[in-house]
Amino acid sequence: MGSFMLRRIIYVIPALIAVSLISFLVIAIPPGDFITRTAELRAAQGDIMPLAEQEAMRRAYGLDLPIMVQYWNWISGVVTRGDFGYSFSFNLPVKDVIWPRLGLTILLSVASLLFIWVIAIPIGIYSAVRRYSAGDYLATFLGFLGLAIPNFLLALAVMYIAFAWFGMNVGGLFSPEYLEAPWSWGRVLDLLNHLWLPMIVLGTAGTASVIRVIRANLMDELHKPYVTAARAKGKGEFALLMKYPVRHALNPFVSGQNDIFVDIVSGGTIVAIVMGLQTTGPLLLDALRTQDMYMAASFILMLSVLVVIGTLLSDVLLAWLDPRIRYQQG
Amino acid sequence: MQTTDNLVEIRDLAITFAGSVDVVNGLDLDIPAGKTLCLVGESGCGKSVTAKAILQVIDHPGRVSGGSINLRQTDGSLLDIAATRSTSPVMRHVRGADIAMIHQEPMSFLSPLYTIGNQISEALTLHRKVSKKEARAEGIRMLEQVGMPDPERRYDSYTFQLSGGQRQRAMIAMALINQPRLLIADEPTTALDVTTQANILDLLAQLQRDSGMAVLFITHDLGVVAEIADEVAVMYLGRIVERGPVREVLENPKHPYTRGLLASMPRLDGDFKAPLKAIPGMVPPPALRPAGCPFHPRCEWAVAGLCNVMPVRDSDLGNDHMVACHAYGPQAAQITRTPLRPPAEAVAVAARKPAGTEPLLSVRDLHKHFPIRSGFFQRQVGAVRAVNDISLDIYPGETLGLVGESGCGKSTLGQTIVGLHRADGGSIRFADGANPPADLLTARGAEARRLRTDIRMIFQDPTGSLNPRMRVRDIIGEVLQVNGGHSPAEIEGRVQSLLSRVGLSPDYAERYPHAFSGGQRQRIAIARALASDPKLVIADEAVSALDVSVQTQIINMMKALQAEMGLTYLFVSHDLGVIANISDRVAVMYAGRIVEIGSTEAIFRNPRHPYTEALLAAIPGRGISKHRVRLPGHVPDPGQQLTGCPFADRCPYALPACRAVLPPLDGTPNHRFACIRADELQLRTVAGPPDLVTA
Repeated sequence: MGSFMLRRIIYVIPALIAVSLISFLVIAIPPGDFITRTAELRAAQGDIMPLAEQEAMRRAYGLDLPIMVQYWNWISGVVTRGDFGYSFSFNLPVKDVIWPRLGLTILLSVASLLFIWVIAIPIGIYSAVRRYSAGDYLATFLGFLGLAIPNFLLALAVMYIAFAWFGMNVGGLFSPEYLEAPWSWGRVLDLLNHLWLPMIVLGTAGTASVIRVIRANLMDELHKPYVTAARAKGKGEFALLMKYPVRHALNPFVSGQNDIFVDIVSGGTIVAIVMGLQTTGPLLLDALRTQDMYMAASFILMLSVLVVIGTLLSDVLLAWLDPRIRYQQG
Repeated sequence: MQTTDNLVEIRDLAITFAGSVDVVNGLDLDIPAGKTLCLVGESGCGKSVTAKAILQVIDHPGRVSGGSINLRQTDGSLLDIAATRSTSPVMRHVRGADIAMIHQEPMSFLSPLYTIGNQISEALTLHRKVSKKEARAEGIRMLEQVGMPDPERRYDSYTFQLSGGQRQRAMIAMALINQPRLLIADEPTTALDVTTQANILDLLAQLQRDSGMAVLFITHDLGVVAEIADEVAVMYLGRIVERGPVREVLENPKHPYTRGLLASMPRLDGDFKAPLKAIPGMVPPPALRPAGCPFHPRCEWAVAGLCNVMPVRDSDLGNDHMVACHAYGPQAAQITRTPLRPPAEAVAVAARKPAGTEPLLSVRDLHKHFPIRSGFFQRQVGAVRAVNDISLDIYPGETLGLVGESGCGKSTLGQTIVGLHRADGGSIRFADGANPPADLLTARGAEARRLRTDIRMIFQDPTGSLNPRMRVRDIIGEVLQVNGGHSPAEIEGRVQSLLSRVGLSPDYAERYPHAFSGGQRQRIAIARALASDPKLVIADEAVSALDVSVQTQIINMMKALQAEMGLTYLFVSHDLGVIANISDRVAVMYAGRIVEIGSTEAIFRNPRHPYTEALLAAIPGRGISKHRVRLPGHVPDPGQQLTGCPFADRCPYALPACRAVLPPLDGTPNHRFACIRADELQLRTVAGPPDLVTA
């Protein structure tokens, strides 16, 4: 087990190097940079920026260096000092902008994932055991509905209902009075109060697909010989269901959870814009539009690291769940 | 007539699937207390589903649709299981506590996610209030009782860490931990090696004697029946067709189906080579159950107007012997009963070429090692010596049988010859006389292509080895398309003639493999192997997955094809009966090496290697001899580097000298063996002399 985990962790290193290089190049290679973009904006306002000033700014920001040198300066800063570079548009170090946003993103994504599990796993089990019953059809119908409705549309509808019918403060993750406030008990409560709406919106599509996955996996397992064997021992139906087929069905399910997590993180952008959430999505979009390259590259790097860590976690979880993986690959 | 001697009495049982198909219909069966009853029949006869009905664990969509299953409780009262709800507490108590079950494939009937100890002790805690510690202690005690080596440690093992025999022992421990009054054993030894099977059968017999429980033992192997049964019930298409004490049924079978099963079983007494008599056809699906006597389409006694019209009734023959056949009923006069062993049907046997000619295939010093990788950097830390310094010759027109336990390397040897593995050393010389001799390991280009059409293989699993998305025509003709030079019309004609040669209708060429039964698929696989007019055919457990009557049909067909086409076979099998019947010479493999090779007569009547002796002794149904040789343990871990004789650890005759040097393969050219004590040992064989042909 130790060797297995260590090997998995070491496999992560080349993946991270490749990810950081690609995320930087994707931002840096297209023609133009933050300076040209700024000059264009100023020109639109009738303020022509002299070429000499542009060049001076480029030198100041280090944008005139070869791409690989820029990459090296950036990544060595990230690795050695935790310095992600400087955001041109915010005029702040990138890390000061990113960390609070990233924290909220992770919180919202994990909350959505938990929401999916709590709702989808019992429904999936019910659907598999009572296959072709009215309840199964209802769950299937609602599941497909959730899968088919675009998230942003659902977000708009839910916001309208919450606001118009229940008079709730919708949009954003905080009430205006807590937006810039330091962390306090009241701010946490306020966050929880706002969190559940986007959580449901982000969770619906995932819920539908998890129901389908659990149902299909479990239906395969329900008639396996070991179930007959356990029944022949005299085990009660519910205890039997939980101990054998459900446990077996969880394995393929666990290995798929990382994909769902990624979907939530990256798919959350539009929802975040619609609902005005202070997560990473809207900021990343802005950074890409203004070619704020350290900011954009750092975001992409962070999200990729999240994915890599998620994969690692689901691998480890799988090994913990399944002795076959634990003992045969160790 | 409910007598107290019967633990379970089944009357007029009907089991229905998918609403309308009766898999079991009108089944009467008594399970006597404290005895072993064997339920025999081909697959598809309803044996397993009957067993499951007794526990009320039939899989959806099957259900008991009529009749009664009366279980005698300990207080003398009767419980009708058929009328009890399957989820009721009463039924839950019966399952596991009163009646326990062991199954064919412990790998799939035990969950790999929990330790075997967890699953064994669970059976106990479900029925008795015991602490965790007591459950563990009891589980370990039970493992010890079923002969699990190192039970303390094995208790915490997972199924995939155990060998097949150990898994079956774990499952037996799980079934017996509550001391049930009835044990249902559903083909518990079918998936095991013959040596392991012998050990498990001994164990079951001993446990049955010690505990006095009743055993319902389901099997298709009449050898196993002879070994373990007190009484036998023969089942065909959901009914018992013959029933009686084991000696009575096996020595004096009445029903033509029982007789057919016995006649199709390869025998080791008398002449091994005597052609086997197969029951024609196969078990029809239950939905197409023939009217009258369901066996009549396959029965050679059948009389039109009687057997195909009138339902059969049970006839009591005395001595507790019952049979359901018109030949013993009121209409007996209309039926001519043919003798049990009719004069052998003419299955053409090739005039074997004398062994003096040049061998078709010469294997010399062949090695095939698979690397074992381990540790952090997956370095090679050793090698599985699957094929370890093997030399043998195969002569044109003969059949060389290759036997050994699983894991001995016999399949790897076959696969290496056919080119599925790249050998690590040695040579394989192929000389068919028509072309210059070629070395299989170095051949390139056109020569390699020719060899691929000259040496062909038949695989064990006829389902897995046929591509389900290809028509039979393309499956058979592919080798001709790939190796060029054949027009489509030529290929078509060849496919048609091959199909009729293997006993299938030529218009099957348009169909896909799923439309065929196991036996028919294996015929297709054989046609595919023969398509390119090969010289040498390697049959890797080609009949092992088939029912005994179908197996016999295939063996007889392979013999006939060999005679017609002058084929040479390398026949790999773990079944010594089949090997004895089809082979001219036999090679016995152990731990990657050949330990004995010689003519079939020599190997079976005069074995010189202790391993061969043990293999022969393990064949079920020949245990009449009092001196039993049983092999403990299993084939040594082939990754281990062994010095001396690899068999020494399991050999009852091993001396310290055996562990010092590797014994060479010595003896006469026609019978060689690798044992330093061969000359002083008097080894026994269970194969009777040829003059002792018993009916």
